[in-house]
Amino acid sequence: MGNVTKTSAEVELAPVSHEMTGPRGRKPRKMLSRRNIMIYGTLIVVSLYYLLPLYVMIVTSLKGMPEIRLGNIFSPPVEITFQPWVKAWAEACTGLNCDGLSRGFFNSVRILVPSVILSIAIASVNGYALANWRFKGSETFFTILIVGAFIPYQVMIYPIVIMLREVGLYGSLTGLVIVHTIFGMPILTLLFRNYFASVPQELFKAARVDGAGFWGIYFRIMVPMSLPIFVVAMILQVTGIWNDFLFGVIYTKPDLYPMTVQLNNIVNSTQGVKEYNVNMAATILTGLVPLTIYFISGKLFVRGIAAGAVKG
Amino acid sequence: METNHSISIKNLALSFGSLDVLKDLNLDVGRGEFLVLLGSSGCGKSTLLNCIAGLLDVSDGQIFIGGRNVTWEEPSKRGIGMVFQSYALYPQMTVAGNLSFGLKNAGLPKAEIEERVNRAAKVLQIEPLLTRKPAALSGGQRQRAAIGRALVRDADVFLFDEPLSNLDAKLRADLRVEIKQLHQKLSNTMIYVTHDQIEAMTLADRIAIMRGGQILQLASPHEIYNRPASKYVAEFIGSPTMNFFDGEIVGGDGLRFSSGDQLFPLEGYQFQDDLPVQGPAWFGIRPEHMITGAEAQAAPIKLNGQIELVEPLGSDTLARVDIGGRSIWVRLDGQANVHDGDSIVVGFDSARANLFEKSSENRI
Repeated sequence: MGNVTKTSAEVELAPVSHEMTGPRGRKPRKMLSRRNIMIYGTLIVVSLYYLLPLYVMIVTSLKGMPEIRLGNIFSPPVEITFQPWVKAWAEACTGLNCDGLSRGFFNSVRILVPSVILSIAIASVNGYALANWRFKGSETFFTILIVGAFIPYQVMIYPIVIMLREVGLYGSLTGLVIVHTIFGMPILTLLFRNYFASVPQELFKAARVDGAGFWGIYFRIMVPMSLPIFVVAMILQVTGIWNDFLFGVIYTKPDLYPMTVQLNNIVNSTQGVKEYNVNMAATILTGLVPLTIYFISGKLFVRGIAAGAVKG
Repeated sequence: METNHSISIKNLALSFGSLDVLKDLNLDVGRGEFLVLLGSSGCGKSTLLNCIAGLLDVSDGQIFIGGRNVTWEEPSKRGIGMVFQSYALYPQMTVAGNLSFGLKNAGLPKAEIEERVNRAAKVLQIEPLLTRKPAALSGGQRQRAAIGRALVRDADVFLFDEPLSNLDAKLRADLRVEIKQLHQKLSNTMIYVTHDQIEAMTLADRIAIMRGGQILQLASPHEIYNRPASKYVAEFIGSPTMNFFDGEIVGGDGLRFSSGDQLFPLEGYQFQDDLPVQGPAWFGIRPEHMITGAEAQAAPIKLNGQIELVEPLGSDTLARVDIGGRSIWVRLDGQANVHDGDSIVVGFDSARANLFEKSSENRI
């Protein structure tokens, strides 16, 4: 408006002029904008890139051998058969044993469950003590632990073989469980320490005034508050231990081999024809456990990572 | 020992490595007294409170609570209840669970726990909230629940660590009144840490002003306001802060304070002892002890100045007055009609002034 010297009352009463028309309300957005095309295009390409091998695996595992020999790996199966899955699970041969992956699966479970529980139980108490109960030498202890996280573990393989032999655990599942527990310790302790350090100190003080001791505060205050970080630790350990090949093959013996080692033995067996469909089915079966864990706890995983794992 | 004191602190010291946080600190708190520890951040006030609570191990000295030496005692065995700034409620428990946590740890029978929780909830008017989780409470309700957690312990001593600092201004004023009423009702000993001088002045029976791990002055709010022991205390209490004139006390016919070309007679001033010190000093006078207008003409000390800046607060009006190149704050009536650039006569009486020695900054 041209006239600047109007009083406020006059301005309020002035009629709405034609100059005040034009855009109003929410700004319309185009679906096919350049930005959307870029974003969705990239997303589609990347997901195809990741999903295509999985597709090939599933498709191949559902075909019979004659169909595979045609060589068209992308074509869907003409005749769907679950025989390769059955064979992979129960009949495939490794060496003299012909009971498939099932034995490896149960070995892996017997390794996984105690290792995960034990390592998380110990590491969470470690992290809690380091974060909340500063004791003499706690900083040194923590530094040593962190250094441990950076030493390539191949260095320690042989000494551990000797140590396990000396205590009579070499070649047993117990020995492997201990090895997994120890190797999980540095990173898990760091994870828990950082998470517990982000819990307000005053909460801890309040619990002390309320008469809770070391274990009282741990079990009744800290653990109930820390579900996300326990889930993160569980996922890290489950995937890490389930996917482990090296320790499994070194510290156990053939009839105690975990699933990964057995998968390798099935896939890489040189006798007879290569049964691609069985190999594919066996591989998917082996990967199913970590995959399931991710699907079940994905949201909590992200929350836990965001809450404490990345923070120094 | 010391049965007339609720808390006695003897030669307390605390250091982290080479850093001395508390130095040779002595403090006696009477039964039922409300003591406020006041200071800016890093002065050691919260550290002292944590030492009393037993949350920090002391390096030296002794702490007595209720006549019992608790220097090495666990926090829960000291007969204290504590309220924290961040409320520190256990998030996974209901309010009732929070209140009863400490009692369960102490192994009290169920019936008594319930009775105590209900009693505390009644006092704090949080009965309808007992089944809620802390996340479902507002800030004021959370702090009330936190006070409840201290209350159920039936402790002789309550420790408050900046309990109102996380609340908004309105709620802070409300809860301040509630805490004062609670103290009247329970008459427990309370030690209250804050950096807010209004909280300190309104709540305290006595205020301990702390700086650098030591108590600078321990006195009633009235005494601290009117007779601050040092320049630091004088500056810390009062808003806007006290005006200071740099100068010297000179003798002659009656003592005077000379600052630049001004000469203030010191007739009404109450010196600390019978032997007034002559020499370099600070002359301090609060903005609210300045007189203006017609009455200023009759004041023992008169200064002519010009208003630089006006801050109307509604109830009062603050004016920054330029006096011969030095700016001082003057508190005027809320109705005063003053503007920037006005000439003004400011008067005051040295009876209301504070003199501090230049080198030690202690009260003369």
